Order: sequence, then C-alpha cells, then structure tokens
Amino acid sequence: MNTKPTKKYFNEMHTDAGVIREIYQRYAQWQATLPDGALERKSVEAELLFRRMGITFAVYGEADGAERLIPFDIVPRIFGAAEWQRLELGIKQRVRALNAFLHDIYHDQEIIKAGVISAHQVLDNVLYRKEMQGIDLPNQVYAHIAGIDLVRVAENEFFVLEDNLRTPSGVSYMLENRKTMMRLFPELFASHTVEPVEHYPQVLLDTLRESAPPYVADPVIVVMTPGAYNSAYFEHAFLASQMGVELVEGQDLFVHQQKVYMHTTNGPQQVHVIYRRVDDDFLDPLVFRPDSTLGVPGLLDAYCSGNVTLANGIGTGVADDKSTYLYVPDMIRFYLGETPLLSNVPTWRLSESDDLKYVLANLPELVVKEVQGSGGYGMLVGPTSSKAEIEAYRLRILAEPANFIAQPTLALSACPTLVESGVAPRHVDLRPFVLSGKEVRLVPGGLTRVALSEGSLVVNSSQGGGTKDTWVLED
Amino acid sequence: MLSRTADNLFWMARHIERAENTARVLDVAHRTSLLPLDIEGTEAYLWYAPLNITGCAASYEVKYGLARANTVTRYMALDPDNPASIYTCLRLARENARAVRGAITSEMWEIINATWLEVNRLSRQMDDEKFPDYFDWVKERSHLFRGVTLGTILKDIALSFIKLGTFLERADNTARILDVKYHILLPSVNDVGGAADYYQWGSLLKSVSAFEAYRKIYRDVISPLRVAELLILRDDMPRSLHACMNEVEAELIAIDGTAGKEARRRAGELHASLHFGLVEDVFAEGLHEYISGFLENTNLLGREIRDAYLSRRDQFSPAPVRKV
Repeated sequence: MNTKPTKKYFNEMHTDAGVIREIYQRYAQWQATLPDGALERKSVEAELLFRRMGITFAVYGEADGAERLIPFDIVPRIFGAAEWQRLELGIKQRVRALNAFLHDIYHDQEIIKAGVISAHQVLDNVLYRKEMQGIDLPNQVYAHIAGIDLVRVAENEFFVLEDNLRTPSGVSYMLENRKTMMRLFPELFASHTVEPVEHYPQVLLDTLRESAPPYVADPVIVVMTPGAYNSAYFEHAFLASQMGVELVEGQDLFVHQQKVYMHTTNGPQQVHVIYRRVDDDFLDPLVFRPDSTLGVPGLLDAYCSGNVTLANGIGTGVADDKSTYLYVPDMIRFYLGETPLLSNVPTWRLSESDDLKYVLANLPELVVKEVQGSGGYGMLVGPTSSKAEIEAYRLRILAEPANFIAQPTLALSACPTLVESGVAPRHVDLRPFVLSGKEVRLVPGGLTRVALSEGSLVVNSSQGGGTKDTWVLED
Repeated sequence: MLSRTADNLFWMARHIERAENTARVLDVAHRTSLLPLDIEGTEAYLWYAPLNITGCAASYEVKYGLARANTVTRYMALDPDNPASIYTCLRLARENARAVRGAITSEMWEIINATWLEVNRLSRQMDDEKFPDYFDWVKERSHLFRGVTLGTILKDIALSFIKLGTFLERADNTARILDVKYHILLPSVNDVGGAADYYQWGSLLKSVSAFEAYRKIYRDVISPLRVAELLILRDDMPRSLHACMNEVEAELIAIDGTAGKEARRRAGELHASLHFGLVEDVFAEGLHEYISGFLENTNLLGREIRDAYLSRRDQFSPAPVRKV
C-alpha cells in the first residue's frame, strides 16, 4: 500500500491532461460566459441570503449572538447518473447490514456465535446498551437516519470514511444549498436536469410514520431538540417545520403510565414517534446521566414498553464506533450474503501488536483517530503535523493503544471551488443521508463538504470547512 | 399546540408591539419638545412621561439621574441594559421567534431576524439627529411584521396566540399613554380650545395614530372628554381599548378546547364594560382610577392566559384522546 502523502489526487472536473470531464462540460461553458467578478458577487449575495435566513450554527462558549455561517461554495459538485446509481446501491447495502447487525447484537447475537466479531468487541463496548437487549423495534430498524461519509480517491473508487448512526446532522445544508443555488442561478437549472432533493423532509416523514408502534394508525410525530443553543438547532427547527410537526424540548414532554405526552395548550397529547436529536446519554435522567435536564424522566421505560419509537433508536453507537467500522464488510457478507459494493479505508487496529508496530514506525505518513472521536477533533494528520505534535500523540497512543485506529493519508478528490485566487480545486467528501423505515431510501445527493484552504484534507465545519450543493444529473 | 410554542408566539408578538409603542412614545416626546410649553422644569417634566409609561423611571434614575432628552432617548431606544428598551424588546422578540422557528413562516422569521441584525448594528453607532428616522423605522418594521404575519401564516391557533399578545400589549400601552399624558396635560385642562392644548392633545393623539381619526369623527376642537372616548370606548379606532379587547375576546373564543374558561370569562367581562361603557361614567369615576382598574384587569387576564395555555402544568389531566 502506498502510504506516502501525495500531491496526486483525483480532480472531479479536469482529467490529468486538463480536459474538462463530460459531466462538468455544460457547467464550464456557462461559467465561461460570466463577466469578471460575477461569481464573487453571487458569492457575497449567497452569504447575505444565508445570514438573513438565519442558517447558522452556534459556536459553543461564545457570547450571545455568536452564530456563524458555514461557508457556502457556489460551484456545484456534479455526479453523473450512472456513477450515482452505483454509489446508491453500495450505500443502501451498507445501511441494511448495519441495521441487521444492531438487531442481531440486541437479540440472538448470531454474528458473535459465528465468530465473525468477538463478544468483547460488542458487549464490552461502552456504547453497547444492555438495556436494549431483547427489545423489539418496529421494522427491526435502529438507525432510521444514517449519514455515510464517503471519500473519492479515483474515478470509480470510493471509500467509506465512517458511518454516522447516532444523530447525523447536515441535511438542512443539503436542502438550503440547493434552494440558494436555484435562487442565484436559475439559468443553470434550466440548462441542466438536476435530480431534486427537496422532497427529503417528505421521505423523512414517511419513514418516521412507518416506524411508529404498530398499533397506532395515525401517529403523532415530533422532533426533539436539546434547545435553541444547540449548534444544530437551525436544522432541528427546519426539519420540524418542513415536516409540519412539533419541535419539542425535553421540558415539553413527560411520561405517564409508560406513555409519552407533550404539554399542549389543550392539555396532554400522546406522542408516538420522536425524531430525537439528543444523545443517548441525555435522554432519560432516570437511566442515563442523572444531571441531564434535556431529557424526559421515564422515556426509556416508555420506549422499552413499545409505546413510543425513538429515531434513531438507543444504542446505535456501538455500530458506528470506529473499531466496529472495521467489521462492516463482514456484516454485509454475514447478514446479506452479498459482496460489499463500497470499501472501507484500509485501517490498522492499534490493539493488534503488528499493526501498532507498523503505525508507530510510520506516524508522519498516517492519519490516527480516536476510536470514539468525532467531528475531526483529537486526530493526528501525520503529514501536516510537526515533529513535536507527532511525538506528543505517540505518547497518547502508547498509553492506551486500543483507543486508536490508523489509516493511510488518503488523496481525497478535489472539486472546483471559489477561493480568493479564483476558482481552484479543493478537497471534498460526501455525506448522503439514508432513511430506513419499511424500506431503505435515499434522495439523490447529499452534503458535500469542502476543505477551503489549499491542500487541506480536513472538511469538518468545526475546523473551517465549507459546503457545496451536490448535483446528480439525470440521464 | 405545545404550551411552550404558544408562550413564545405570544411573547414574540408582545415584544414587537412593545417596541413599536415605545418608539411611538419617544417620537411624540421628541415632537413635543419642539413646541413651546408653559410648564415649569419643562425638559425633565416632559421626558419623565416616556419613562413612566414604560415603567422604567426608577432604573433610569439610578443610571442617569434627571430626565434629559438625549439620555432618556438613548436609554429607551438602544440601551441593552434596559429591559424595556426597543433594543431589548427586539432582541427578545427574536429569541422568542428563534425558539419557535418551526411555528412561524420563513418570511416572518426573516423580518424579525433582519430587524434584530439592524438594531444591533445601530446600537453601536447612532447619531442623535437620526433618532426620528429610527422611530419611524421601528414602527415600519412592526407594521411589516404584522402585514407579513397576516399575509403568510395559517389562520390557526398560532395566529390566535400572536394576536392575543399583540392586542393585550397594545391595550396596555394605550391605557398607559392615556394615563401618563393625561396627568401631564391636566394643568391645561381648563384651557380647552387653546393653541397649546391643540398641540399637546394633538401630540397624544398622534402617538397612537389617532389624530386624523379624531378630526374625521369630531370635526371640532380637541377636548379631553372626546380624546378619552376615542381611545377608550370607540371600537372603530384601531388602538383603542375597546378595539383591542374586541380582538382579545375573539381570539380566546377561537382557541378551541376545554382550557381557558376563566380567561374567556374575564375577557368577556372586560369587553362588555367597554362595549356598554359611557365616557361620562369614566370621568365620574376619575380617568386615572378608571385606567388603573383597566390595567389591573388586563394584568389578571394575562395571568389567566398564562396559566391556562402557556405554562407547563405538572398535573396529569388527559384530554379526550382520539380512538386509534
């Protein structure tokens, strides 16, 4: 495996010879007709639109009003119909296997009995919730909403970077990015047939409805948020409003005789499905963190009694953990009997002594991550780190090797992006949002995140990344 | 509707209406200050009125002492530390709106958010001579908010709570303006028909956009009796107590359900007293006493509304549940 950091990466718009690829040709023609400075002006206009609509995320620890915009790049990222179809199949396959895995480990644990994955890996994982053992969920679905992070390294080669099965966010940006693009460049949409994504909230609502306790004919659905100061509050409010359901906080809900109710202007009303954007730990102070004021006392009891559906279910974290990630291809083979269509990034487990030895010898070339970390925090990107940083990280690894995994530094693909010097390639990833109810659904597109500084591979918004509209062209 | 949502909608509307009314009061104080007044200690006397109307005279004195035109204006228009300033009202309205973004239309949110962003910018740099424009702008934003609300929101329970907040607040403000201004103008009550009277009562009427209506209805000199009648009892005058209570009662009836019986009763009683009241009786009781009674009643009504709809009660008393 070539682990050397390399300047060579897949450029999604241009071939190595500098020829514009077919899917970008029409876009490039249009861009060539723009007068000087037009893109920059539109970019300023876009920022004003986002600010006026209040599409912001809160930054923890800053004074009131410190709401930031995630930078929006106005050059779309484009996929062809055929390549998207291949991706879609792979993504759905992966999510089906992950849900099958969650059902299995909270029931008969066949995959452990078959020796595919060790009992230690599953049952001793802190994200495994023993409270969920033996609890039956509607449609046997645990992760109703999944965000699968993908990176592209070659024309036909994608890797899954990680699976997000807890409370994946970002879908509101996918929708608002599209809306903004249509407002700024209606002529572009007239000349391209872009697959729509705007129906995502409707598909989400259908998914939640299908996931209600089976005896409920007309379920009451709510979105549950930690509150207006949560960094993703805009998205919670946006989705509730798009689905036409109530946006509740923990304080709006209470449990009576194992049923969940909300306080309304006309007295208590029973709730059947909660699309919760509150982490497991904060859901029910009686069972999880007793100091949580965001949750609802008795919620887990109501959930386990089958009177309310939580989306996502409790205990999904055990499947999107970075150490469990390694087994997803095995899960696909085990539960579906299929060959995995999408590959994992080659990964070293530092709990294995051979892997540990190799990684410690090659730290400057590798990316090392905490098994339970997220958001780009607490990772080491070898090629861009100083000697001192690498040595400090080495000590952390040695203290508890099993807490870490390592991967080669991937040459993420790059897309044209408007930066100060004009339009230039920047590295991107992709998070499509997968919905699982009675069936698995996916709107064509996702959230493309882009690392705005030259050469950077870190796309997380908390680390200065931006977003792009993602187009899937129709045939 | 969620009680918390109703609570935020109610207060969002109240805060916007309060910002508008404060702008009106300050605007009129500015205009009046340009007139020749025969009152001793004119400036302080004049500028206590806006402080008294909004109930922030005491907190002002702690900070600034004597009432002066520019300090009162700044304190009430842009001071973030004044809980009753226009700045604070618009900030709170925006916080309320943000907490219930799903329950209002995106157009409504854009108005409230853009208003807040602008007032936040203005609070950092504002010349004294720009204040009249600022008051006009605040009024315009409030008008715009109401227009956008009526033009975009579904006519359901959300609109009912928005209107409840708007009209309870407006009734409260009109009553306070009348009370305080009447008190100031008393020394000239005997001078009915004089030029000073015309300007002073005229400015009171203008502060509630009633000057043109007065002339249209009465076609005569401005008299305290008629001003009181117009602002208390006429139901065709949009900012009168009667007109406000018309709306409040109608919205309480429109909010479907078993809760709020006592709120409906109180609103009905208050409305009836305005509907059948005579201005002569108001003056026989004493205008100040009458208005104090009214303010107390609207306060009690507000408390009933809070208890019946807006708070999260602990008790479990299930509403009739649909068969499933």
